[in-house]
Amino acid sequence: MKELLHDEPGKKILLLGNEAIVRGALEAGIGHGSTYPGTPSSEIGNTFEKVAKDYGMYFEYSANEKVALEVGAAAAVSGVRSMVWMKHVGVNVAADALMTLMYCGTRAGLVLVAAGDPSVHSSQNEQDNRYYSQLGNIPMLEPTTPQEAKEMVKYAFDLSEKLELPVLIRTTTRVNHARGIVTFGELKPPAEKGHFEKDPGRFVAVPSTALNNHPRLLKHIKEAEPISEESPFNVEYDCEEPELHIVASGAGFNYALEAKEVHGLPVKILKLGMTNPFPKDKVSEFIRDAERVLVVEELEPFLEDKITQIAKDINPGVEIYGKHTGHFSRLYEYNPDIVLEALSKLIDLDVKDESLKPKEFSLPTRPPSLCPGCPHRATYYAVKRALGKKEAVFSTDIGCYTLGIQDPMNMADFLLCMGSSVGAAGGFSKNTDQKVFAFLGDSTFFHSGLPALVSGVYNQHDFVYVIMDNRTTAMTGHQPHPGTGITGMGDPAPMLSIENLARGAGVEFVETVDPFDIEKTTEVFRKAIEHPGIAVVIPKHACVLIEEGKIKGPAYVVDQDVCKQCHVCTDKFGCTALVRDGDVVTINATLCIGCDQCAQVCPFDAIGPEVE
Amino acid sequence: MTNIVIVGVGGQGILISSQVIGRAAMAKGLDVFMSEVHGMAQRGGVVVTTVKLGEKVYSPLIGDGDADIILGFEPIETYRAIRKASKDTWVITNTAPIVPFTVSTGKQSYPDIDDIFKSLEEVTDKFVKMDARKLAMEAGAAITQNIVMVGALTATGVLPMSKEEMLEAVRQSVPERFMEINEKAFLKGFEQI
Repeated sequence: MKELLHDEPGKKILLLGNEAIVRGALEAGIGHGSTYPGTPSSEIGNTFEKVAKDYGMYFEYSANEKVALEVGAAAAVSGVRSMVWMKHVGVNVAADALMTLMYCGTRAGLVLVAAGDPSVHSSQNEQDNRYYSQLGNIPMLEPTTPQEAKEMVKYAFDLSEKLELPVLIRTTTRVNHARGIVTFGELKPPAEKGHFEKDPGRFVAVPSTALNNHPRLLKHIKEAEPISEESPFNVEYDCEEPELHIVASGAGFNYALEAKEVHGLPVKILKLGMTNPFPKDKVSEFIRDAERVLVVEELEPFLEDKITQIAKDINPGVEIYGKHTGHFSRLYEYNPDIVLEALSKLIDLDVKDESLKPKEFSLPTRPPSLCPGCPHRATYYAVKRALGKKEAVFSTDIGCYTLGIQDPMNMADFLLCMGSSVGAAGGFSKNTDQKVFAFLGDSTFFHSGLPALVSGVYNQHDFVYVIMDNRTTAMTGHQPHPGTGITGMGDPAPMLSIENLARGAGVEFVETVDPFDIEKTTEVFRKAIEHPGIAVVIPKHACVLIEEGKIKGPAYVVDQDVCKQCHVCTDKFGCTALVRDGDVVTINATLCIGCDQCAQVCPFDAIGPEVE
Repeated sequence: MTNIVIVGVGGQGILISSQVIGRAAMAKGLDVFMSEVHGMAQRGGVVVTTVKLGEKVYSPLIGDGDADIILGFEPIETYRAIRKASKDTWVITNTAPIVPFTVSTGKQSYPDIDDIFKSLEEVTDKFVKMDARKLAMEAGAAITQNIVMVGALTATGVLPMSKEEMLEAVRQSVPERFMEINEKAFLKGFEQI
């Protein structure tokens, strides 16, 4: 990715949307970047990891999104161009800071990239973050392609400085994880260190300041209105005798334009790239003489409601089609077929289904799963053994270990968001007589598990707090965190001790154990279950996908002469390298890494390393 | 516009193969727009990437029946994606199965692959199957099966890029020390059609 640092204006390169966003920031002369990883935004951070140092900027993985935004805000008010990025639900975490930051505003450009995930490819909800732009009065841009994402980031820095407000760039998976040709602009040198000029009347959010800052914010967002009306990202695609007018944004626009161009449809399209403030005059002009308007936007009727509102004055007779008329759904992401289908109800368009229809088979599902050798599986197995026949509530969290929801583990009963395992575990323990476990990972512990621990100790909650320390932020692609001893820039860092943090919070029972020793781990859990109050257990073993945790075989085999076909290994433990065919169990040698877990699980010592 | 759907299982090198195609198209001066899978779904789950290339490409996704080629790295994943194909679509599949854990744990069953293949042969003449894993091992390394698949894709002649242009993109996409093996893998795949 060093190519992103080439100063060759006009050079064309195939980039992932997230890489294009990084290039946009480099072309804007960014000085600060901060984030907490989350799909589909993670590759922005992964890319900065590789280029930040050579470029000469500061980049960090903060403990959570709120911290990331606060760090970035301080940089920006000190005169350093800053970008902060996160997944859509990360904005919920950062929202407390964000809402008041809008009151204070910024000095140097501050760009917040919020990556939405319609169809929840890798998320807990598909909330439409465009409403944050209204809640906070945040100027908003919505890119449709990697090239446009790059241009918008660059533009957003200037816009942010002009308005003295942070600017929101709202993307979705099909922009972040789309790859397209991007043309480089000029590379700017990184922002130099800033200096914070004090102005407590603006930057200290006490009531008297807020009373002044609120009108300030409204004034600046008002100034953004003519800018939105004239925005180069709001573009008309003309047609001589249009049968239908289309207003579209985001990924939905791409499918609408494709339908128009590929099928030669008589439609006129207005693409909205700047969607807050809503370019009221521009849209009014567009729909003034229209008979029928179709609004194409994924998720909520954000634009549709505004268009319906202005149509009452400008063109009361116009028919507006979209989510309220059932032409589109408020659910899931769109695709070319969904948009064509909606269009076919409004204009003469023959949508033929020419797809192949072979004989139907019932296919097995292929959900993502814990990898062979994953330490989390051993932890779950040990908990199950320690519990025996005792019932327990498993309050889980966000990370690879959420896959504990699957057979044969079935150890996920409640989950809302990052860190929710801990607060909820306390709630279950106080309000039921059930035994309670909280499962969360090391990165999630630093993200939001820590304050919930403090609250739990204070309120004398009673549960087993399992911090599954695999030495990385695994699910999002192995980013470092405060416990790994390395920073986002690749420099050494203090390695925060989860044990010390837990003890410091007043937890009396704190035990660290290697989950690969299943017997010992089970023993620790047995003691933890008996312990009154919060018992912290830290099963610690590096993710087998990172260098620290790599295991290099040999693959294990089942000795069929010894195997009694009890199926404890497949039905209770369930490593994905184990293959059960009827009653016979074998091991898939290409998947097995030789971690030894299944050998420990086998009651008859029938499993061991393959010997020549 | 040429539409390519590539399907398989996380870890099979699907992203590399789609980037080879994208790179070759760009070198030829074509527009490229593709979608990839990153994040949770990669943990042994289904991976679908789409590549669209042509004079001008407007979106990265491909509608039902609109694929020109389906490149399937795993037999049942090829079948799962078949609605993207019409009777004019080349359907190229690897025959080596990767059994999902839902099957290996005995909860679900993996269908008879020959039945699957027969059902596909019944609805299209442009169906090609090959053991890409075996061919890759013959070339020198099992991990080059993605490049075997790219070789076969190239041989269909559906792509606007020539064999040499595709080979050049392969060379640019793999580490120098594996170049020879990958070139061999490409040619092994190319010979299958």
